Amino acid sequence: MSGNGMKKRWISLYVENQVGVLSKISGLFSGKSYNMDSLTVGTTEDPTISRMTIATVSDDETFEQIKKQLNRLVEVIKVIDFTDIFVRMKEILYVKVRKCTPEDKVELFQIAETFRAKVIDYGKDSLLLEFVQTATKNDAVIKLMKEEFRSIEVVRGGSVGIESISMMER
Amino acid sequence: MKKISGNKLLVKALREEGVDTLFGYPGACTIDIGDELYKQDDIKVILPRQEVALVHEADAYARSTGKVGVCIVTSGPGATNLVTGLATAYYDSVPLVCFTGQVARHLIGNDAFQEVDIVGITRSITKYGVTVRRREDLGRIIKEAFYIARTGRPGPVLIDLPKDVMGELGEGEYPKDVNIRGYKPNTGVHIGQLKRAIKMLGKAKRPLFLAGGGVNIARANAAFTELAEKTNVPVVTTVMGRGAIATNHPLYIGNLGMHGAYACNMAVGECDLLFSIGTRFNDRITGKLHSFAPKAQIVHIDIDTAAISKNVKVDVPIVADAGEAIGKMLEYVSECGTQQWLDQVEGWKKEHPMAMKRKPIMTPQDIIEAMNRIFDRAIVVTDVGQHQMFAAQFVEITEGKRLLMSGGLGTMGYGLPGAIGAKIGNPDTPVISISGDGGMQMNIQEIATAVLEELPIISCIFNNNNLGMVRQWQKLFYGKRYAMTCLRSGAACRGRCGEVECPAYTPDFIKLAESYGAVGIRVTKKEEIEPAFREAMKSTKTPVIIEFEIDPEDLVYPMIQPGGTLEDMILDC
Repeated sequence: MSGNGMKKRWISLYVENQVGVLSKISGLFSGKSYNMDSLTVGTTEDPTISRMTIATVSDDETFEQIKKQLNRLVEVIKVIDFTDIFVRMKEILYVKVRKCTPEDKVELFQIAETFRAKVIDYGKDSLLLEFVQTATKNDAVIKLMKEEFRSIEVVRGGSVGIESISMMER
Repeated sequence: MKKISGNKLLVKALREEGVDTLFGYPGACTIDIGDELYKQDDIKVILPRQEVALVHEADAYARSTGKVGVCIVTSGPGATNLVTGLATAYYDSVPLVCFTGQVARHLIGNDAFQEVDIVGITRSITKYGVTVRRREDLGRIIKEAFYIARTGRPGPVLIDLPKDVMGELGEGEYPKDVNIRGYKPNTGVHIGQLKRAIKMLGKAKRPLFLAGGGVNIARANAAFTELAEKTNVPVVTTVMGRGAIATNHPLYIGNLGMHGAYACNMAVGECDLLFSIGTRFNDRITGKLHSFAPKAQIVHIDIDTAAISKNVKVDVPIVADAGEAIGKMLEYVSECGTQQWLDQVEGWKKEHPMAMKRKPIMTPQDIIEAMNRIFDRAIVVTDVGQHQMFAAQFVEITEGKRLLMSGGLGTMGYGLPGAIGAKIGNPDTPVISISGDGGMQMNIQEIATAVLEELPIISCIFNNNNLGMVRQWQKLFYGKRYAMTCLRSGAACRGRCGEVECPAYTPDFIKLAESYGAVGIRVTKKEEIEPAFREAMKSTKTPVIIEFEIDPEDLVYPMIQPGGTLEDMILDC
């Protein structure tokens, strides 16, 4: 990859809800050495169609290729580039903090308030937090909590996104 | 309507798709399909000796007829033997529908006997692949497979058939229509873009057409020739595009790329407009990308959106079938003032004409030139290696002649099965294969198929006792360290020829041909070439193997080093 316009980008995909489609999409990325940052998938209101949100870091040319290559696949119904349009996009993140002192717990409640996270479980010396925000903010949270606390456990869902309601529809 | 088994529906579907010939090899999971085929006479079944060759035969049948090639093989090893052939067809955009047997559904995933996930294995080398999981989907899936294989940029499709699905009774109807929501191949041409490109063509001082395999696949050769003549613009081709315009046409310069003609590579370097049709700008064509066609604006017509601006940055992209785009162009183009440019090209042609050094001993050029003289109609199929490049340089393609080869994947072993497939599809056209002694041995068992099917193909072996193309690189770039390339002494050779006594070459191709019931002719001298071909032409039912003993020191020139530029062109050594 040349460095031309290297940045993070998002694609939303409508695909056939069939066996092997996820493998076909992920295989395309690995086979052609495209970066894949995250991929989420779930069925839509039409059970024969799934929708994916894919995040990738790539330059302009590679990204054009990625979109074209995806479009070529028989199982791909539609490719939408989320990079330069208004979208709503969130990622779920759970952070479990162990070995907490009482002071740690106070700090964690403050963090939760600041980031509008929820404390969803509570133990003798542990807390479980749930964040629903952008992936970038989740990155920041993980970095912060890794520095602040002795033992954390992290799981995150990958971004899901949808186009905002356009001005025409408002 | 009466319910029928999946096996019966498959045979019915093949008939309705107009399949008259298929290539099959049996096994436990496809025995029922074989049984259905046994009960009918509309579809001729060819039984090759190896699935690896089987798929090449279907491939060459498809390339030479324009029809979809059909394969039926069993599960497990039968299916995995298709892999190389599928990739070969995928890289050269050949329409195939391959049916693989599969174990019954309840066994899938259990590591059952002869079970493999062939759809998974071939995912990146097929245009589409699917396992039929429900009997009611079978008809639709077959219909879609043929449609996907032959439309848009053609390619191989694989359908995996679990044995129990095929045995199940169900709907006997084969669908008439196809509607795949994720697959709408491009039809038509964007006239605005095309006019923009034509305007650039009119303004260019040194325009050049580059024709790729797409022009041959679209069978647009006559229209393309008319386009070149009407505009008076010279033409270079890729190896796969050779024959887009007759090779003896005054506007034709030659092939470009790694072993392309000097004049072609000069023309690409100097042109100010490169008008390319149906090529993906493979690295063997471009060499180092940033010094490819440095002075030119590039127009690119291709049916595959993803082929455009993939390797070379394009100024005017046009997504269209080559045939359709050329047809539309003919309505708008007029003659371009190219006389000065044509003179310059002619100068380069004279400066370094495409020719091997004339020697008293027989050279590949002597053989191919004899072939050009003797046959006015022919399908020439090559294997992969030096002989393939010699063929690409010297085989004349005029009306009534075609050249088939594994250009994209570079599959050794394609030559002999390729000739068989082409002959089955074109029984009235002389079919000649050219293989090296290496490639010939990769699918030599197919002589049996050719003998049994009574195919009078002429199979030429350019025997230099070596894996010549790799040896050529070793000679030029690896200090003559001939690792693993001597077929006479094997890897132990270590270049000690002359110091130690080399074993006799094995096999004796002539005796081998005879043991198969074919004719074998050995040619060691120039003057024997023509009589050998004349003799071979007389055969009406028996394949003829002609072994030409050639010199391993004959190299393919010119040559541009892999990843090199025009300045690196080696003209001779």
